[in-house]
Amino acid sequence: MSTRLATGGRLIDRSARRRFTFDGRAHEGYAGDTLASALLAGGHTLLGRSFKYHRPRGLVASGAEEPNALVGLGAGARFEPNQRATTTELFDGLQAVSQNAWPSLDWDVGVVNNAFARFLPAGFYYKMFMHPRPLWKHLFEPFIRRSAGLGRAPSERDADRYEHFYAFCDVLVVGGGIAGLQAALAAGRAGARVILLEQTAHWGGRSPVDGVRIDGGPAEAWINAAVQELDGMENVTLRPRTMGAGVYDHGYVLGYERVGDHDPAAEVPRHRLWRIRAARLITATGALERPLSFAGNDVPGVMLASAVRDYVVNWAVSPGDRTVVVTNNDDAYRTALALKSAGLEVPAILDARPRAEGELPEMARAHGIRVETGKGVAKVRGGRHVTAVGVCAQAGEGAVLEEIACDAVAMSGGWSPVVHLWSHCGGKLEWDAAQALFRPDPDRAPTGHDGHPFVATAGAASGALQADRAMADADENMKNVLQGIGRKSPSRKPPKVESAEEAPLAPVWQMPQGAGPALRAKMWLDYQNDVKVSDVRLAAQEGYESVEHTKRYTTLGMATDQGKLSNINGLATLSQALHEEIPQVGTTTFRPPYTPISMAAIAGEARGPVFQPLRRTPMHEWHEANGADWEPVGQWRRPYCYRRAGESRRDAVHREVRNTRNALGLLDASTLGKIMVSGPDAERFIDMLYTGKMSTLKPGKCRYGLMCDENGFLMDDGVCARLDERSFLCHTTSGGAERIHGWMEDWLQCEWWDWQVHVVNLTEQFAQVAVVGPNARNLLERLGGIDVSKETLPFMAWTEGTLGGFRARVFRISFSGELSFEIAVPASEGRAFWERLVEAGEGFGAMPYGTEALHVMRAEKGFIMIGDETDGTIIPQDLGLDWAISKKKEDFLGKRGMERVNMTSPDRWKLVGLETLDGSVLPDGAHAPAEGLNANGQRNTQGRVTSTYYSPTLGRGIAMALVHRGPERMGETIAFNVPGRTPVKAKIVEPVFYDPKGERQNV
Amino acid sequence: MLLLTCPNCGVTAEESEFHQGGEAHLRRAGPGSPDDAFEGYLFTRRNPHGVHFERWRHVFGCGKWFHAARCTATLEVFGTYPAQTTEPPADIVAAIRAKRPDWEGFR
Repeated sequence: MSTRLATGGRLIDRSARRRFTFDGRAHEGYAGDTLASALLAGGHTLLGRSFKYHRPRGLVASGAEEPNALVGLGAGARFEPNQRATTTELFDGLQAVSQNAWPSLDWDVGVVNNAFARFLPAGFYYKMFMHPRPLWKHLFEPFIRRSAGLGRAPSERDADRYEHFYAFCDVLVVGGGIAGLQAALAAGRAGARVILLEQTAHWGGRSPVDGVRIDGGPAEAWINAAVQELDGMENVTLRPRTMGAGVYDHGYVLGYERVGDHDPAAEVPRHRLWRIRAARLITATGALERPLSFAGNDVPGVMLASAVRDYVVNWAVSPGDRTVVVTNNDDAYRTALALKSAGLEVPAILDARPRAEGELPEMARAHGIRVETGKGVAKVRGGRHVTAVGVCAQAGEGAVLEEIACDAVAMSGGWSPVVHLWSHCGGKLEWDAAQALFRPDPDRAPTGHDGHPFVATAGAASGALQADRAMADADENMKNVLQGIGRKSPSRKPPKVESAEEAPLAPVWQMPQGAGPALRAKMWLDYQNDVKVSDVRLAAQEGYESVEHTKRYTTLGMATDQGKLSNINGLATLSQALHEEIPQVGTTTFRPPYTPISMAAIAGEARGPVFQPLRRTPMHEWHEANGADWEPVGQWRRPYCYRRAGESRRDAVHREVRNTRNALGLLDASTLGKIMVSGPDAERFIDMLYTGKMSTLKPGKCRYGLMCDENGFLMDDGVCARLDERSFLCHTTSGGAERIHGWMEDWLQCEWWDWQVHVVNLTEQFAQVAVVGPNARNLLERLGGIDVSKETLPFMAWTEGTLGGFRARVFRISFSGELSFEIAVPASEGRAFWERLVEAGEGFGAMPYGTEALHVMRAEKGFIMIGDETDGTIIPQDLGLDWAISKKKEDFLGKRGMERVNMTSPDRWKLVGLETLDGSVLPDGAHAPAEGLNANGQRNTQGRVTSTYYSPTLGRGIAMALVHRGPERMGETIAFNVPGRTPVKAKIVEPVFYDPKGERQNV
Repeated sequence: MLLLTCPNCGVTAEESEFHQGGEAHLRRAGPGSPDDAFEGYLFTRRNPHGVHFERWRHVFGCGKWFHAARCTATLEVFGTYPAQTTEPPADIVAAIRAKRPDWEGFR
């Protein structure tokens, strides 16, 4: 079993104990431990259950590529599922729970799936659940839902803080191994602005573990000196615990810094998202070791050779007393040597190659380790832990020649450069047959806005796996990069790196090479998604030739580890099954992020009240202090109604409507769009914008107008006031002001750029109040100033002057059908003006009213509302607004669109009013079914409700609707479907329910 | 996220400072135009894998519309120029030709 060694451990501090719990049980580790190393030191080799078959799983890796050891971390508002134990730094009080096991990790009922494994092959879901249909609902879905899924989602709101950083640099280096450090040093010395990111808390990468020597001393000494020098450079930013997450267009890179994960007590943001613009990006992201595909390669205790070495050297953790090493390359011999020098037993090294005579194998032999060439693992004995391996000839079919008792297996199938960041933005790969790996093709690098490559690689990420070559590669590539950005690179020689010379590996995609179906069904490719060699072969057999299709069919590489360990082995297996070369099969697409990043980091500070800006009218605080129930309107907040003590919203709305109709209502209409169109060609322009002939409007007058897009679809409406000979003030909907302003700019800048017109969005310059009701004129006369008599200021006229001492424009327009004045004052005076109206209005029964009362009153009058009666497919003619469309104008925006056959068809749905026979209120959006079925076998419909309210004025439900040939069907009764009720019958009537002659507004 | 330079104010900024406005150099088909011309104006858009001309507005800057000549395959930006033109200016065409000798030309 695994345990902590008495000495060693370059990353741990034995004087600093750290207490933590796993599944509720207390454990202890040291500062510098990861959760993985601490658990392994505590004898925990079983850390999770697999996704599909619930097989027992332990650690495979020691870093970001770990597929198995996913745990839930923290509790309550700080709980987070699917965290990799290998990248979780240990701290005092850490709480971790295992996942995907019930009732417990040791005794998991889901393991029954394992017994049925042969009934759950690749594509199982696709094939199985097609037929018979009823089984899906009652059998398959409940079963899958219970057994699928990894960790549980947190149930509480995240208690932590997150933030974004913006940064710009000449050179961004991702990866703080020796290649990354060397690249950063070269760039830093050349005076470039450099940012260096390292995903772990430690610099130097693998070199210290691998015993690399630099400039005559241990790698660690050089690494420390390099970090110190970089730290001293003002032009260099060092960022450990920060992963290069994704590379995007034109040198945009996301970094993911885990600021507070390792120290939750610190008052810092938990994660920080770095949004970096880099002229050049160097990926020094190293390489990942590949597992070997032999039967039972998922049994806990079977680990990557490099991970075994890491646990021994970095954290003084022995994965087992007796470790069998199985490999196809020289590098894994380092693991055997590291185990040996830690005093642990290595019963044998099984090398699949026919010969192993390099420097490292000879060292192993010199240490008395038994080396068996041409051999592999036929199978692994053990359920929850390795107990032995069966040795076979790699060339054979898996006959066991010998069993070797052991409690750990260190496997190495070679290394794959981490090409993710290179590939994110279009960098292409080439197949290196000698090393059996895909590496970045420097001639097909991702290119930036200027067409020049902006990504280069350094070290193992280039495919230069051996430390001395990695250093040379980093130095040379960096020189080229610096030259490309016009920087003189320092003439220093790169440091001298000593690393054992490694003999070439032999590609091994299956062990033994002649393994039959029984063995292949136990060879795991993707540990997290439970995909085996047999699944990929089945996919190939069933015709999935494209690697992208095979991936989706088998779910290979689709788990949270994104196939870091499985992709190359998987596509090699596919290529063998298809009898094609690996480069012909190709890779799947690498997509960001490199490892999962928190959603909260993506959101950063943009949550809660600062999610988006809030627009307030000048009277906002007054509304707030006077009982406003807010309604969001775009980014504005508008009072829906003003509730009084004991009132429901509904009561309040009805009171506001009745009071406005009978006495006096005040509405804050400041959000209304106000766009000034001015210039010698303003008439010409305004006639293009509106469907009607607005240019005939006289100064001092107002007119209702419609704006359509080029399809002829109605997109905005409002009252246009002519200010003077060359200026118009266009009122738009509250939500449409910015859009319409942009629309005008577009036409003026891009189509009619020779017209002399300018447009200004004045929406926020004015506060606007609608004074509405029979007492409206009385109130304005009380304020004194402008003559607002019927004769001087008739309906649809406007004037300006002072009103109660306020500079004001008064528009006599009405959206309620009552006598109504809309008064605009400078925004800075809005609050004072509003309060003056409220105060002076007391004797006239003035009450503020909100948007809902506004809606009810406009519906009672049959006035349309953009977004209710329109949905982007409605032309003005559908709404009976033909009178607002000029027949004389040669052109306006939307005219040609309206001429199309479908727009002039008599079969369109048109606006009508509806009166329910029982007086009830129809639900919004209710449809009226018609006879017959459409082409999709669905019931035909003949109309739908667009606006529907209880009218306090009429004491009954009223609605507006679009109905097939509606206006021709006045008096007809049709039925609307209402969920859970019998269809509601409604009579088609004129859409104007109240004061159809408009006598009330014209007084 | 693209980097673009506004030809009006000279600012080079991130894509999020701009709004994309679809294909550039469309010819408006107004009243009286035949159906196919109108359909082309309203709906038919080029979607080339290569050189493309696009409308952009510096919406969180100077507010001006401009055009960008861009490669949709490599995202290389050949140049940006004011929107007050019916076809790409000669210097932009020359810049594209220099980088993409096989380009079939504008329209």
